[in-house]
Amino acid sequence: MTPDSLRTALRGVPDPDWLDTALRRVATEPTEITRLFPAAGRRCGRGALPDAPGWTADDAARVLLLTALPADHAAYADTLYRHGDAAERRAVLRALPLLPIGAAGVPLLHDAIRTNDTRLVAAALGPYARHLDAAAWRQAVLKCVFSGVPLAAVADLDARADGELAAMLAALAAERHAAGRELPADATDLLDRLTAALPREA
Amino acid sequence: MRIFDPHIHMTSRTTDDYERMAAAGVRAVVEPSFWLGQPRTSAASFTDYFDSLIGWEPFRAGQFGVRHFATVALNPKEANDPRCRPVLDLLPRYLDKDAVVAVGEIGYDSMTPEEDEAFAAQLALAVAHDLPALVHTPHRDKARGCERTLAVVAESGIDPGRVVVDHLNEVTVKLVRDSGCWLGFSIYPDTKMTPSRMVGLLREYGTERMLVNSAADWGRSDPLLTRATGEAMSQAGFSDDDIDRVLWRNPVEFYGQSGRLDLSDLEDPAAVDPQTGNSILRGGS
Repeated sequence: MTPDSLRTALRGVPDPDWLDTALRRVATEPTEITRLFPAAGRRCGRGALPDAPGWTADDAARVLLLTALPADHAAYADTLYRHGDAAERRAVLRALPLLPIGAAGVPLLHDAIRTNDTRLVAAALGPYARHLDAAAWRQAVLKCVFSGVPLAAVADLDARADGELAAMLAALAAERHAAGRELPADATDLLDRLTAALPREA
Repeated sequence: MRIFDPHIHMTSRTTDDYERMAAAGVRAVVEPSFWLGQPRTSAASFTDYFDSLIGWEPFRAGQFGVRHFATVALNPKEANDPRCRPVLDLLPRYLDKDAVVAVGEIGYDSMTPEEDEAFAAQLALAVAHDLPALVHTPHRDKARGCERTLAVVAESGIDPGRVVVDHLNEVTVKLVRDSGCWLGFSIYPDTKMTPSRMVGLLREYGTERMLVNSAADWGRSDPLLTRATGEAMSQAGFSDDDIDRVLWRNPVEFYGQSGRLDLSDLEDPAAVDPQTGNSILRGGS
């Protein structure tokens, strides 16, 4: 997803003028983002965007506000996340891969993955999670399985899943089976794919 | 029976409570920030608490189908501790949040000069952020506290229709009713107000501007006393429409003045204002 396609997808929101004005404002007076960012849900709505699958209007508007900043993206992302409610934090996490910040946003991923809020855990495992080290990434994927977050939320899942993750999933499956419970179907499928692929890699 | 509890401290309650509340018809709550029993010693302790009110607690409530909103303020008790006063400077950023539908609980505990200052400053914040205000009344010296509360409200210039004065009883109800403010009643197992006494007050004063809450918290309290009050109203001959007005439409109208009371995911055909035919759930937004 690019800022341009989010912009197009937001054309039908209830108050498109507000968003236009807000984006221009942020480009020239960046500190204004601290009040515009929380207001985005009220002004643009929170519904799903038909032209941007997986995106809601508030997430998309907030991501655009962050990309409209002229500089200091990492510092603003940090402050807006730490001062944000859950929806604002989710939007910051989704903006990270679109900002010119390198790996500076990784501490925010760690914070989100520590929470038990499944919306934040899922948002932390988007494309920007490529900056997470393997151990943290595996733990986060396992947390998704454990807490019922669909694995479709995890970017680059098959490319990155390795033998260690397979071992962790197998152990969780064994624990669940011992308790008379099952893994979610998407985790079982992943484990099947990994165990089918791994012997050839070994 | 659909119930909106306009004052309940869910942070102190368990998931069992959420389950029982949802089963009893509670579909939305407002959690005012207040003290936690154990006094706090720094502003940072408040920011973690406020963040929880707009982060973790709504997530927890959502798992039971309950919509969770909050009010944010420096409470009167802790306004007296100089270590907590810097909280006043942190409030503006919270008052911009979607789920923050009023400034509160503000008001008096022991009626000190420090409480005077914090109360007035936070009423001014409510005006500046175009938000209603939830005003706590003291448990000791309540009648005089209530008079002084109403004087400060009048002096602040806030529209009394955007203020609820809470924890009222037989002694304070008339004073507040005459002021134009909304009237809050906290139904407790055996102290502040009981369902049967509440029914008596509704008979005497009608249902207009009347808000019934459980104020359930970490003390002895019961989150289902809103429901019990609805049932007591029914037994006393109040109509389903009267009950719906007190337990749902009144809190929706009061907090809807924030323009932030988004109940769209709870919307159903019954949620239509019988007078105007319009949906009443979106508040001013």
